[in-house]
Amino acid sequence: MTPLVIAGHTFSSRLFTGTGKFSSLPLMEEALLASGSELVTVALKRVDVHNQSDDMLQHVHHPQLKLLPNTSGVRTAKEAVYAAQLAREALETNWLKLEIHPDPRYLLPDPIETLKAAEELVKLGFIVLPYVHADPVLCKRLEEVGTAAVMPLGAPIGSNKGLKTIDFLEIIVEQSNVPVVVDAGIGSPSDAAKAMEIGADAVLVNTAIAVAANPVLMAQAFRQAVLAGRQAYEAGLAPVHRQAVASSPLIGFLDEV
Amino acid sequence: MSGFRNIFDQHNWEEEKASIYAKTSRDVEAALAAGKRTLEDFKALISPAAAPYLEQMAQQSRRLTQQRFGHTMQLYIPLYLSNECQNICTYCGFSLDNKIARKTLNKEEILREVEVIKAMGYDHVLLVTGEANQTVGVDYFREAMQLIRPHFSNISMEVQPMDQEDYAALIPHGLHGVLVYQETYHQADYKLHHPKGKKSNFYYRLDTPDRLGKAGIHKIGLGVLIGLEDWRTDSFFTALHLQYLEKTYWQTKYSISFPRLRPCSGGLAPKVVMSDRELVQLICAYRLLDQEVELSLSTRETPKFRDNVIKLGITALSAGSKTNPGGYATDLSSLEQFEISDDRSPAGISHMLRTQGYEPVWKDWEEGY
Ligand code: SF4
Repeated sequence: MTPLVIAGHTFSSRLFTGTGKFSSLPLMEEALLASGSELVTVALKRVDVHNQSDDMLQHVHHPQLKLLPNTSGVRTAKEAVYAAQLAREALETNWLKLEIHPDPRYLLPDPIETLKAAEELVKLGFIVLPYVHADPVLCKRLEEVGTAAVMPLGAPIGSNKGLKTIDFLEIIVEQSNVPVVVDAGIGSPSDAAKAMEIGADAVLVNTAIAVAANPVLMAQAFRQAVLAGRQAYEAGLAPVHRQAVASSPLIGFLDEV
Repeated sequence: MSGFRNIFDQHNWEEEKASIYAKTSRDVEAALAAGKRTLEDFKALISPAAAPYLEQMAQQSRRLTQQRFGHTMQLYIPLYLSNECQNICTYCGFSLDNKIARKTLNKEEILREVEVIKAMGYDHVLLVTGEANQTVGVDYFREAMQLIRPHFSNISMEVQPMDQEDYAALIPHGLHGVLVYQETYHQADYKLHHPKGKKSNFYYRLDTPDRLGKAGIHKIGLGVLIGLEDWRTDSFFTALHLQYLEKTYWQTKYSISFPRLRPCSGGLAPKVVMSDRELVQLICAYRLLDQEVELSLSTRETPKFRDNVIKLGITALSAGSKTNPGGYATDLSSLEQFEISDDRSPAGISHMLRTQGYEPVWKDWEEGY
């Protein structure tokens, strides 16, 4: 499997994971390790930024795990920039999952504030991975302001509904010059495999693992599904045969003299 | 230097050519059945192995074209402003080494040409010149556009490649689209066909669409001159260029043309002859690769051929074209750039389109958005 490169950093796993919703931090740690993931998002709002021995951080402290702080909880570009600066200082990383959702019910990302914040954060030297709706034009605009990847959603966060936006994800994958990480909505390993089959560069999974009856086993299942989906993509899926539509010949004129 | 040049330099002509000719019927069948087609599929579709599948390609190409463009056909007409040229191009009637009378239209002459073209019903015009930067440079174009703009909704150009600032400067004067054909992507042969003049700089020409994209031009036309080199390999590079541009300058529209080398004064015999069947194959292959791209066909082709291929993927036609400066009103007998094969009037073409169930589109642009 070809490795994934984001902003010069190479990942051998294309499964990114989140740290929310686990019943305990030790269980979270075990599941993250079982997933093989090398990039883990951490909600800044859950970390005690003034305390290096924060419990959450202790449990994600492994050499193979790269931390991706997220700005979950902010509602405007201004708040996002402030949160990003806090995160950079507290967690000593300039990587950032930018998420701005003013909507408390579905936590849907605000495209206008996200674009504004992304532009500013790139200028401030952040490696920005924005969480967005599966909007192909927005993804191109984000790429143009210099984001290191785009993270379109498959369905609302935590819904486990799968790839409701697949037609738009396909367009995004087709057009993008930066890695596409399908984020939010992935509810089962088959969803993750499907996202990889259509050419997504990675998936981010949290709820589906954290809330499973056995998170560690589920993490392993996702690990294999992402691998299988990527392999299928790289192998080149066999075409789906459609019936040819019979109609009058169009090229007969070429034989006339 | 970023841009297409980086991608181009990673490809080798001979290797790409070999890979096209190695395609098998299995590759063609897979390409025909694929949902989204890749450049490898495109190679299969333009390969000799695809010949037996031409009817199937044509059927699919027609379906995709109608789905995206409906039953409409954009009409355009060239306005040759000048046949002055400082370049030597082995295949062109305007080449510096050709002893022909040189002419550049002045303001009155431009307006007389405009009047005739308007009377034919056109609202879009394509300005064409050779490459003579002293007489026909960006200042000349700006003045010409100021004259022409009140009469047309849409102005395109097919002139010498220019710098990004020059393109950007012409946009406020109504410049909408720029056509710039690479002629051939075969670097060594490019030099042979362009031994002298600014045009001999292969990379300056190759970089032109990047400069256009950066300048924010609305539409970019690509293509190769068919007959100079192996058309399959040249078309692969065109498709590679197109895909790069579509991804990079994603707000721009693209068109492809298929000029087959035509007789001209002092002209070169084509090294490669493309049959009608092969041209149909190429048109369909482009459509199967790319549903959005506009495909245009000039009056270089015969009436019978044009009447038939409009159903197969073509979305724009020229009609009533003269390829000599002043050819519409001012100087009917000045030397033309190449011979045309379809001399039907725009009204005649329009009638033909309607009888085939197509709507001729004369205007498809409005200033301000
Ligand atoms: S092809 Fe263009 S540049 Fe070359 S001689 Fe003709 S007019 Fe001049």
